[in-house]
Amino acid sequence: MSILGTRVLRTEDPRFLTTGGVYTEDVVDDRLAGACHVFFVRSPLAHARINGIDVSATLSAPGVIAAYSGADLADLPAIPPMMSGLINAEMTRRLLAIDKVRYVGEPVAVVVTEHPYQGEDAIELVAIDYDPMPPVLGFELPADAPLLFEAAGTNVAGELGNESSLQPDLFDGCEVVVSRTIVNQRVAPAPMETRAAAAAWSTDGRLTAWIPNQGAQGTRAELAELLGLDQSQVRVITPDVGGAFGAKFGADPEHAVVAWVARRLGRPARWTETRYENLISMTHGRGQQHTITIGGSRDGDVRAYRLQIIQDAGSYPRIGAILPYLTIMMTTGPYDIPRAEAIAKSVVTTTTPVGAYRGAGRPEATAAIERAMDLFAAEIGVDPAQVRRKNLLPAFAQPHRTAFGALYDTGDYVAGLDKALEAAGYAQLRKEQADRRASRDVRQLGIGLSSYVEITGMGDGPESPPTENASVEVHPDGTATILTGTSPHGQGHATAWAMLASDELGIPVEKITLKWGDTDLIPEGGGTGGSRSLQQGGAAVQQASRELLEVARERAAASLEANQADLVFDRTRSAFAVAGDPEASVPLSDLAAAERLVVRTVFSAPGATFPFGTHVAVVEVDTETGKPTLLRMITVDDAGVVLNPLLAEGQRHGGIAQGAAQAFVEEVVYDADGNPLTASFADYPFLSATEVPSFELAEMQTPTTYNPLGVKGIGEAGTIGATPAVQNAVIDAVAHLGVRHIDMPATSRRVWQALREAAALSGSEDT
Amino acid sequence: MTRIELTVNGEQRSAEVEPRLLLVHYLRETCGLRAANVGCDTTSCGACTVLLNDVSVKSCTVLAVQAAGMSVTTAEGLAPDGELHPVAAAFRQNHGLQCGFCTPGMVMAAVSLLAENPHPTEEEVREGLEGNFCRCTGYHNIVASVLDAADVLDPGGTRAAGVSA
Ligand code: FES
Ligand code: FES
Repeated sequence: MSILGTRVLRTEDPRFLTTGGVYTEDVVDDRLAGACHVFFVRSPLAHARINGIDVSATLSAPGVIAAYSGADLADLPAIPPMMSGLINAEMTRRLLAIDKVRYVGEPVAVVVTEHPYQGEDAIELVAIDYDPMPPVLGFELPADAPLLFEAAGTNVAGELGNESSLQPDLFDGCEVVVSRTIVNQRVAPAPMETRAAAAAWSTDGRLTAWIPNQGAQGTRAELAELLGLDQSQVRVITPDVGGAFGAKFGADPEHAVVAWVARRLGRPARWTETRYENLISMTHGRGQQHTITIGGSRDGDVRAYRLQIIQDAGSYPRIGAILPYLTIMMTTGPYDIPRAEAIAKSVVTTTTPVGAYRGAGRPEATAAIERAMDLFAAEIGVDPAQVRRKNLLPAFAQPHRTAFGALYDTGDYVAGLDKALEAAGYAQLRKEQADRRASRDVRQLGIGLSSYVEITGMGDGPESPPTENASVEVHPDGTATILTGTSPHGQGHATAWAMLASDELGIPVEKITLKWGDTDLIPEGGGTGGSRSLQQGGAAVQQASRELLEVARERAAASLEANQADLVFDRTRSAFAVAGDPEASVPLSDLAAAERLVVRTVFSAPGATFPFGTHVAVVEVDTETGKPTLLRMITVDDAGVVLNPLLAEGQRHGGIAQGAAQAFVEEVVYDADGNPLTASFADYPFLSATEVPSFELAEMQTPTTYNPLGVKGIGEAGTIGATPAVQNAVIDAVAHLGVRHIDMPATSRRVWQALREAAALSGSEDT
Repeated sequence: MTRIELTVNGEQRSAEVEPRLLLVHYLRETCGLRAANVGCDTTSCGACTVLLNDVSVKSCTVLAVQAAGMSVTTAEGLAPDGELHPVAAAFRQNHGLQCGFCTPGMVMAAVSLLAENPHPTEEEVREGLEGNFCRCTGYHNIVASVLDAADVLDPGGTRAAGVSA
């Protein structure tokens, strides 16, 4: 029986459960012996000119080895914005700010000490003379807002379409049109392991950098660019990574500064950021404002939809600035809407830069259309499940091209919706809701839906096929090693990739070792993100294993003096045998002993895949206090074939929790001066175990044909489906009291306010 | 500098420490026991949880000198022979860990919770672990692990009224 599809326990766990993972801060290595410690002096102001920096006082503080400011690094090139073709190329930054700071937390100087305890005190002694400027905050910036980048002449980082490209007659013929501006708020990725780096230079001028990341090869490329080096001069090693969620792709300025310090001092250097630094200086996620307009017939046919996006890119445009591109691609989601259009604008503000966060651009699209569906359903007084069913694309087996250029591979959205409704006991829930409404229960029940389709495993662009490489080697002792260009940080690749090789090679999972994240060992790779790993990296492992068997078959034929065609591979013995004569056999390990048995391959997929599903959230809202409680989460997440249900479920659970957290708990907040008010775990409302229930997962598997495994990505489904389901549920709980919308996070205070406003409105109508 | 004597994972230790040295840094840097992690600077996340005289504490909030004369158990100490402790084994069985960063602290918190309440309800587990953050698992499988561990550690026992599992 094949091991694929079974609940294989993780081979990586015993290590994590005994000595703990070896994260960057835990790395003990000769090359790092005698390392100094780097501390960043960060801007306390959102927007200011720097008149001068004086590090002299800190130099005499205990243990201080050196201190540097931007001027010391001025010979390094200015860092262009990510995707400078799409983004205003004048919006550049420096590793350490030189004449201006543009967000609270921007690195301005570094102090290097002998011991980690000395840095916190020493950075206080760096004197910086700032000339404060007005902050720039929000989505709709006033025309006279000060410019973050004078040379750019604008605070608009980039645009995809604009108001003048909108069709004035888009909603003609619609009986009902609803429009609303809503906010998909900024949140903190907050992996439990903060950012870190350790750097050492060898005598031949080569850098070795240990950095928690999502793909060593991409991190090497960015680190080399930041330091003005050739990639061949940089080796990146990925220790265990304590969560990433999109925010650990590539390299940040801090990583490059640590490497620069190590070179300058001729001594290895280390840095681990504090949680305070992490919350103000690791990229944030989301941060979009949506103006949604939806129109259709009174009986629930949606005929037209418009999405206008403003992305708050933060101070320096990074990937967040272009994520609206993905949001636009997924504008209509799983629905068949005859007329739809979307435009986007990214603006820079004096806040932490925005990057990718679990889902990256797609949760925003789903949140917008799912809120629109509910607003439309409420307006026409039809059950939201019915409105969805009526407008979902019918099941398709041939790829479906949307008006926004996405090519959905396979899908059966109505089946996903029905399955979720059935698992939730939807009719019964609506009945219970009606009873509570009728009895004016203080605790009202809300049921929220979200049907989604998302894009996973996208290549570099819509037309470039996604690829990933893998090597598989069988050793003379019967063990095997896999090298992968993907980069696990909790997903369980070591187990999953071993299952794939084991299934082909007949070598037990425990005897297969996975290696990743060392650019000298594995020079190429796309890393792990965008839910790409299994469908491309896993498929590559299977392909490499199969190719290895072909090489082995040839050698076995020679060794057994038989025809290749007469050989059968016996998985139970991991050996080739002559058909009809099992005695005449040779195990892979013997072939490996005779000659190294290794294959490297590149798997190439025809395109991205499109997982889909429906989430149902059930919440209770205390109408006196406004407090929402999430009672149940029922989800269908169809990501094609499931390789290891244990791991797939884990991905769903984590995503659902993060998605729910955005809906009713988490938000990054700035005050009117641009000061972050959520700069510690005492202030950032990180989701805890008491705020979510156990989740109810329903199964559905619609295979893709884009890889032989039939798998799509599962890593981000949770955050894409759960957020709008929970938000819709909170609103649904109080909809009968006149509430149509509550922005996220739908906290007690916001719900209470919405209830008060609705009551005031109905009161004034009564009189 | 102050001299302290304490027991770490059953081993007698004595060290000269700075008065401001945190227990977590003593364990990580001086003892080389790096399972406990630092995840925050406000005593919020629990990644640093260890047992002090068998009760869970956040070792980022305890000074090394305060542990003088006491016995400290870290995740490493739960598995002296490399054999998984029943609570750790339940975490593996139920996929209660992903990236592993919160895990040593989470397991120690769970051990302490089960010592206090051998048969907690799901709600009691969630309340007991409120001070331990996890970004990966959504807590679902962590809660399942702890409930499972309770059954393994004391198979005959029964959960308090209001059973939910
Ligand atoms: S590090 Fe101790 S509670 Fe966060
Ligand atoms: S397993 Fe990653 S933080 Fe808990």
